[in-house]
Amino acid sequence: MSFDDDAYGALTDHDDDARWAYGTGFADPLAGVPTAVPGDVDRAGLTAYCLMLGDDALVMSHRLQQWVTRAPELEDELALANIALDLLGQARLLLARAGEAEGAGRDEDALASLRDAGEFRNVRLAERGDADFAHLVARLLVFSCWRLPLLDRLTASRDPVLAAIGAKGVKEVTYHREYAAQWVVRLGDGTDLSHRRMQAAIDAVLPTAGELFETHEVEARLAAAGVAVDPAQLRPEFDEAMSQVLRAGTLTGSSSAARAGRGRDGEHGPELDEILAEMQELARALPGGVW
Amino acid sequence: MSEEIRHEWPLFEVFVRAKRGLNHVHVGSLRAADHEMALHHARDLYTRRNEGVSIWVVRSDDVVSSGPAEKDAFFAPSGDKVYRHPTYYSIPDSVPHI
Repeated sequence: MSFDDDAYGALTDHDDDARWAYGTGFADPLAGVPTAVPGDVDRAGLTAYCLMLGDDALVMSHRLQQWVTRAPELEDELALANIALDLLGQARLLLARAGEAEGAGRDEDALASLRDAGEFRNVRLAERGDADFAHLVARLLVFSCWRLPLLDRLTASRDPVLAAIGAKGVKEVTYHREYAAQWVVRLGDGTDLSHRRMQAAIDAVLPTAGELFETHEVEARLAAAGVAVDPAQLRPEFDEAMSQVLRAGTLTGSSSAARAGRGRDGEHGPELDEILAEMQELARALPGGVW
Repeated sequence: MSEEIRHEWPLFEVFVRAKRGLNHVHVGSLRAADHEMALHHARDLYTRRNEGVSIWVVRSDDVVSSGPAEKDAFFAPSGDKVYRHPTYYSIPDSVPHI
């Protein structure tokens, strides 16, 4: 094997571990997965659904990336960057799938970088800014406690690509939830000051969780066809996981049914405009730029 | 923020096992508030390129090490005991299976 042809190819070579100081044998999550959209699946619906889950991951990932260089400790900064990268990986697969299902020639980059805020389908929770570290871990906990059972059910999707993305994501989001939970418990069950600020963050974030469980028309249609997950079904698992963490952290709170605006329909706050201005600036200034 | 109190977190040493059957190898150190957080941090700092299947963390305070001053007394005496190596001995032809 030589570096001349493909240095990255060498990293996926499983038989040659001794040469590398770091691990090898990286797996392609979609290896062996048939990528054709099943004939009886509604392509427009699948496109919209992949955009919803993909935009959730993309926007949340960008919010997490904004903590890099701002986190309280170097170690947590790297943890947050790892989580952001996991979500970015999920976003890439989901947006790529949306592009395939759409069949209009838009790839993952075009979908991420060349859509305006009104075309984004993410939940409003993903775009919220974090006032402090407690808000961040509260938001990450709510997001992960919701996304984990969602991805878990997605593994049974009739779309083989969505099922594979679900299987890959479950392992990642299980860790994200654990990371967020251990900080919420640590701060909640910590000093008077940390408890007060953690409780304030829960009080600010949890009431906005209602939108996560509202079934969009597209989700209802695709769930009935065995392709998507109906988010309304996730509520009991979410409530159980949240209450366990809150109890361990001596915190209180319950999520209401209040809605924070229909992010799934492209209704977003000014916060998403700020995110997109930052995230899309380069791609829009230099269309098709390659390094 | 006047209420805020900052402490330096204690140092931990991290050992990672690359795969089943190999030893845990010291890969570096990190700061964490306790052992549980140290394990999380070790996972995030030292296994992100698919390096490990198992992690040990230990408080750096708890590691007892030999000092440079003891070097001669500790290590020099073994330097001339060549007979402690199996290769020092020649094996008679009549001894099989070695």
